[in-house]
Amino acid sequence: MKRVSSRSKIADQVFLVATGLCASSPILFLLVITGIVVVQSIPSIRLMGWDFLTSVTWNMGSTYGAMTVKNGVPVPAGASYGALPFIVGTLASSVIALLIAVPISLLTAMILAYRVRGVVKSALSIVVELLAGIPSVVIGLWGIVVLAPWVSSSLGPLLTHVGWVIPFFSGPVGTGMGLLTSGLVLALMVVPIITATTRDLLEQVPILYREGGIALGMTSWEVVRLICLPYIKEGMIGAVALGWGRAMGETMAVLMVSGSAINYLPQNLYSPISTMAAVIADQLDSAMTDASHMAVHALSELALVLLVLTLLTNLVARLLVNRSRGTRRAGMGVKAG
Amino acid sequence: MTIRSQMRKWKSNLGWGVAWFGTALVLFGLFHLLWTVLSKGITSFRWDMLTTVTHGVAGGLQNAILGTFELILISTVIAAPLGILGGVYVSEFAHTKVASVIRFLTEVLSGVPSIVIGYFGYLLMVLNWGWGFSALAGGIALTIIMLPYILRTTESSLQQVPLAQREGAWALGMTRFQAISRVVWRPAAGGIATGVLMAVAIGMGETAPLLYTAGWSSLNPTWHLTGHQVGYLTYVVWTYIEQPYPEAHALAYSAAFLLLVIILVIHLVVRILVKRATVAAK
Repeated sequence: MKRVSSRSKIADQVFLVATGLCASSPILFLLVITGIVVVQSIPSIRLMGWDFLTSVTWNMGSTYGAMTVKNGVPVPAGASYGALPFIVGTLASSVIALLIAVPISLLTAMILAYRVRGVVKSALSIVVELLAGIPSVVIGLWGIVVLAPWVSSSLGPLLTHVGWVIPFFSGPVGTGMGLLTSGLVLALMVVPIITATTRDLLEQVPILYREGGIALGMTSWEVVRLICLPYIKEGMIGAVALGWGRAMGETMAVLMVSGSAINYLPQNLYSPISTMAAVIADQLDSAMTDASHMAVHALSELALVLLVLTLLTNLVARLLVNRSRGTRRAGMGVKAG
Repeated sequence: MTIRSQMRKWKSNLGWGVAWFGTALVLFGLFHLLWTVLSKGITSFRWDMLTTVTHGVAGGLQNAILGTFELILISTVIAAPLGILGGVYVSEFAHTKVASVIRFLTEVLSGVPSIVIGYFGYLLMVLNWGWGFSALAGGIALTIIMLPYILRTTESSLQQVPLAQREGAWALGMTRFQAISRVVWRPAAGGIATGVLMAVAIGMGETAPLLYTAGWSSLNPTWHLTGHQVGYLTYVVWTYIEQPYPEAHALAYSAAFLLLVIILVIHLVVRILVKRATVAAK
């Protein structure tokens, strides 16, 4: 028997420690990101307090005038940071995206899981994956060149006809750069996420359950509606939350088609908006001109709000999706039995 | 046949019809997008864009292409070892509880919005550490984006290696390190390479983390890691499409076209790798 030399034992220990350090790096990054963003937000939190979440005005103040002291923080005269329009813009555009994307993704996932086989199935799956891999600036480019003109000339005028039922749908359509186009672009970006997750969940529904449904004389549609969808309900909610997190955090595509509104709450479906992520990207140049650095801190607080929102949705989503993956094993047992 | 069962059949057909319509809508959106960008890209792309740098709103893309490669190189050099070794730890060494915690937090990290990662890079590296807009700051921001994908794919491809292979290696008297470095990694290599390639594709398409860290330069990148701004392709797409000049639009379309072609090629290579791996497994 060959004995393990002490050198290879040491190598083993070194390897264990090295891999352990590498494995902890994502946690380290997560902690450092949160820490830095929180620390840098403190001046802005002291300046604005809760008004940050409820005020409409985002104004760096007069950068040429003298500094004034407000709430114990020196800032240019007239500085006020209110993020309400951006929070509203983020929530509104992502909810519109979900309203469009969730039904479409569910239906596509049903087709992918139950209606196609073999080559067609793998081709369709590849196509959906490809959609997830397209850079967001390229989707934004398509949004500017194709989608916004289409919304402005066709879809918008069509939707204004229902304006007498839902007042939010009426009003001038404008250039097409706004809430609706942002929602559509975001929908295109979250469809692959929700579709892929839901398809995986649908494929895990035990075949016995579906066969049971068919044996009862259900149509294939009723099997999906009454057996498969209830079975994956929890995971499906997780998949939607996952898409929501992505939609709220998406920057470039929205920045390109949102119309970059500031100090302005959306009045109708076609209003220009701005999301938190887009504002952070958009306000860089102006933030750097502020001698008091308050604009930098305010953007940091905006990043903090965004981080908290997306972390919450992601936590809920992962817990739900992972839990229903756990029940899969129980389901496999049924299948084997 | 009763009316009721006819109704149910009809409803079933209607339901699946709507489902097919939804699928067609997704496919239509994707292909319209691809067609728009590729056709506009081909007509505005010129080969000399590869060899000239950007001048004002016109010129070429050499600086952006080289800058993208530099950023990807830096981020891959950092993210690949971190992710692969981390994946090895999660799959081979960690206790079930620890592994699930790391897995969970890695998934959470991949859900952090890319603009937040970029802004974090700006606050810490650009301002606090005084690196300025630089290749290293941009590369590290991209690292944070790429790391979760590499770690996760490494871990899941190692998990697919049968336990018997490890047991065989241990039975030969190998330490765990020897078993992993000589035996276990081989069947997983294809999967790991796939993960790294996909991460590269993701990193190439990112803009938001670079806005605040890499800046923009119309000169070719130098090997100065800090203090010098670098250009990259996605920036060209974003800023030049909003300029009112046709030359600027041509640059934006060409940059989008190049990005899309590179990413499509990476996807193709990944497909081939995966197919080969599954054929070999059979």
